[in-house]
Amino acid sequence: MARLDAKKLREDFPILKRLVRGKPLAYLDNAATSQKPRSVIKALSDFYENHNANVHRGVHTLSEESTNMAELTRTKLAAFVGAPKPETLIFTRNATESINLVAYAWARKFLKAGDIVLSTEMEHHSNIVPWQLLAAERGIVLKFVPVEPDGTLDLAKVKALLAEGPKLFTFTALSNAIGTVNPVLELIKLGKAAMATVHVDACQWAPHRSMDLKAWGADFVSFSAHKMLGPTGIGVLWGREDLLEKMDPFLGGGDMISRVTLEKSTWNVLPYKFEAGTPNFADQVAFGPALDYLTAVGLDAISEHEHALAEKARAILEGEGMTVLGPSDPKKRSGVVSFNVPGLHPHDVGTAFDLEGVAVRVGHHCCQPLMHQLQCGGTARASFYLYNDETDLEAFARALKRTLEFFKVKPKAGVR
Amino acid sequence: MEGDAELQDLYREVLLDYFRSSTRKGKCDPADLRAHGINPVCGDELEITAELKDGKVNKLRYAGHGCVISQASAAMMAEALEGTDIPKAKALVASFKKLMLENDDVKNLPAELEQLASLEGVRKYPLRVKCATLGWNTVMQGFEATK
Repeated sequence: MARLDAKKLREDFPILKRLVRGKPLAYLDNAATSQKPRSVIKALSDFYENHNANVHRGVHTLSEESTNMAELTRTKLAAFVGAPKPETLIFTRNATESINLVAYAWARKFLKAGDIVLSTEMEHHSNIVPWQLLAAERGIVLKFVPVEPDGTLDLAKVKALLAEGPKLFTFTALSNAIGTVNPVLELIKLGKAAMATVHVDACQWAPHRSMDLKAWGADFVSFSAHKMLGPTGIGVLWGREDLLEKMDPFLGGGDMISRVTLEKSTWNVLPYKFEAGTPNFADQVAFGPALDYLTAVGLDAISEHEHALAEKARAILEGEGMTVLGPSDPKKRSGVVSFNVPGLHPHDVGTAFDLEGVAVRVGHHCCQPLMHQLQCGGTARASFYLYNDETDLEAFARALKRTLEFFKVKPKAGVR
Repeated sequence: MEGDAELQDLYREVLLDYFRSSTRKGKCDPADLRAHGINPVCGDELEITAELKDGKVNKLRYAGHGCVISQASAAMMAEALEGTDIPKAKALVASFKKLMLENDDVKNLPAELEQLASLEGVRKYPLRVKCATLGWNTVMQGFEATK
């Protein structure tokens, strides 16, 4: 029996009622960003209508309310991800900024020329470029675990590269581009056993699967609110407390200091040391109801539901002779299905799907090195979430059929 | 699909013909003009090479992967620019960009660009306009660099 009633949940998401090019919207671009439930949208307008004031400043009533509301989200988030203390969760603008924070405030202080940073070929550009900048600036050596043709990582190759003694091992928990679920716990354990500091990009994990940061045992974990029903403009960096304490600030300015003289400043306590300037407190407040929503539905039910839909989409695609990327073992797959139509460019697929009201993402998904390794310029990607249902799958199948018929695609003709 | 009016409006038969054609696909070697264009939206890359002789575009080729729109547009561009002198070629690029970016009337297209009227439907899809103009922007870079 289904543990999640998507039809009922859909009622909570106003945008799902709109039409796209005259057709009901089938929103299958959840890996890029999720839609927002009414409770999140209402929390944002309620905040601006009734509580808005800058945080951590005034002694007046509104400032106290807004500070408490913003901090309540941090407390909820700590429970949601199993963080040992709320103050080890730092709010940034997005996960990209979270990773850059690690690169600037941790790596620039503790890594030196010749030190190895180990990443993987599966990464989003945001987990590659900050390290390339660091490599160019500091002479750090950047290495990558290769991705196998089936879109997985070979643990023997991970171990071999870890044996070279990288100072940092930074990898994605779940591929945004092709949907591979990595063995996160095992990768963290291997990294720690090799004495590396471990950073996990959990952008595609946090919205879909439960995590217990205490049990994970990593050093840094990044993700963002907008992919987990929350507002845009809120990223999260969790860090091990002693590491965060040893790091210097990322940005300097207001809120991150405890005392400033013209000669010298001392830093504020965690997490404010890393939250310089007026934070995005309104969105931080509205992130709270998103966490409540996910908790009420349950992450296990969500991942089970979206996985089932994605597997059905995969069966539709494979039934038509399309190329589906990533592992064939369903246990290694998530709610993301990345595919190619033989002989047709992903952009043409995306436009044809849009005419059927189906929103899929097309292109390289900010993973050009991965696309290069898998020998395709890009893909079309359908990514499912809790509010998707059978009607979305039907629209997806219709859009595919329409595309194949119009462009006269011959299945199994080989991908370009 | 018979009678798929929406897709037919965007992907007109003539576009699909140019997309499938390999007449001007490839590279000029040696080349007097060589330019590399990237569409940042999709990461598609296009290489334009040309032989220039006596102030004219003698031969023009395009290479690289792309969608129906970018490839067909590049193929039509190669056909239109071959045999024209360089100032005329630049003026044709400007006319085409005016059609795509400023919503100019197709009736204003010069005779050499007659086929390009088939890209009219792309203007309803702003993100795809970048696909249509990729080859044209790239060849302009090439002209600028050979000055």
